[in-house]
Amino acid sequence: MNLFGEALRWIGDGSHWGGPGGIDTRIVQHLWVTFAAVGIAAVLAIPLGVLIGHTGRGRLVVVALAGAVRAVPTLGLLTLLGLAIGIGVEAPLLALVALAFPSLLAGAYAGIEAADPGAVDAARAVGMSEWQVVTRVEVPLGASVLIGGIRAATLQVVATATLAAYISDTGLGRYLFSGLKSRDYAQMLAGALLVAALALLLDLLMAALQRASSPTQGKVPS
Amino acid sequence: MTWLDTNRAYVLDMLVQHVRLAVPAIAISVLVAIVLGRIAWRWPRAGTVVLGIASLLYSVPALPLLIVIPVLLGIPLRSGLTLVVALAVYGTALLAGTAADAFRSVDPRVREAAEAMGYSRTGLFWKVDLPLAVPVLLSGIRVITVSTVSLVTIGALVGIPSLGNLLTDGFQRDIRAEIVVGVLGTMLLAIALDVLLVVAGALLTPWRERRPRRARATTASAVPAVEGAA
Repeated sequence: MNLFGEALRWIGDGSHWGGPGGIDTRIVQHLWVTFAAVGIAAVLAIPLGVLIGHTGRGRLVVVALAGAVRAVPTLGLLTLLGLAIGIGVEAPLLALVALAFPSLLAGAYAGIEAADPGAVDAARAVGMSEWQVVTRVEVPLGASVLIGGIRAATLQVVATATLAAYISDTGLGRYLFSGLKSRDYAQMLAGALLVAALALLLDLLMAALQRASSPTQGKVPS
Repeated sequence: MTWLDTNRAYVLDMLVQHVRLAVPAIAISVLVAIVLGRIAWRWPRAGTVVLGIASLLYSVPALPLLIVIPVLLGIPLRSGLTLVVALAVYGTALLAGTAADAFRSVDPRVREAAEAMGYSRTGLFWKVDLPLAVPVLLSGIRVITVSTVSLVTIGALVGIPSLGNLLTDGFQRDIRAEIVVGVLGTMLLAIALDVLLVVAGALLTPWRERRPRRARATTASAVPAVEGAA
């Protein structure tokens, strides 16, 4: 328990804040790489997922592929990309995009599929175009499942961004690895606590967003 | 493949270590998750709390968890026990909700029939609830098995040997073949355990028909919205 006190003191130490290796800089880096990875993956995965959910085609292929991607140890992907691309933020970013992809895709197609078929048929019956059916009916109705996918992806990425520090000088994971190397348990634990707190905070935020996006929010469910 | 030829004994050794870490973690997760799932099913109010804590634990990243656990339990960081505990916490957090769903999936009429036939509470659990919960439970166990086998590799970062050592060692010494062997070995192990689980599931639920699934209705609107929750 004493170690926790030391770790908290380490975090509170003013000399560990500010400057290129400071805690604030590391937090910004960590968040930046997280949002960049989830953002890039979302631009690729969500339209694809919506298309699959809307047409019902290619679902099996995608499910199998997503399962296979999940079985790949992220550390392996990171180290391979690290060797191939070199030491920089690109390799971990690419690995994190790959990590975020399956959850985003699954959230998108599950969300679209979850839309009430009756509502979709009704939308067609009143003369909506397919584009309108997708954007005005299926996406709003599936929004909370879709955001659930973004939430799962964000959580995975913010956690795994810690590993990014193994191959590049990025993010809060740096404290873990330099603490490991110099046998400075307080620093290592401080890094661990910071990452855990950041992940929890992000997850709570995303959970609130998910609740707010539910179409029946604040209304009597029919 | 020449790298694999010259390092076969080392790879095999790491594979054995990997299994020794992954299998106990999965087994503990399953046992604890069944207990928690049962509690959540029986007492829904307590269940909300238990499942809430589980999902909170799940959002703690793995590597930090690996560093916090030795401090909490007073065990050495480089001990395999640290990794087993961390992965069991993860597996349980992920599986507890599924276990509660699994018990909920049991048809209440079957339970009533069993009660009417005079099953005791324990008999009802072991002979009715648990076997009928197997299909849903198994789907969750398969998910945590793949994720656990994959997560064991990060133990290599703090010095707990597994196939993950091939990843870190290959990176440090710039041997791509070694990393590839590590990645493929981990994936093959996950697939092998998954196949074992599917076979075990089929043996445990002999009443389930094993014929190919009926062709699905062609229009999307005819498919009930139950799917996709996997």
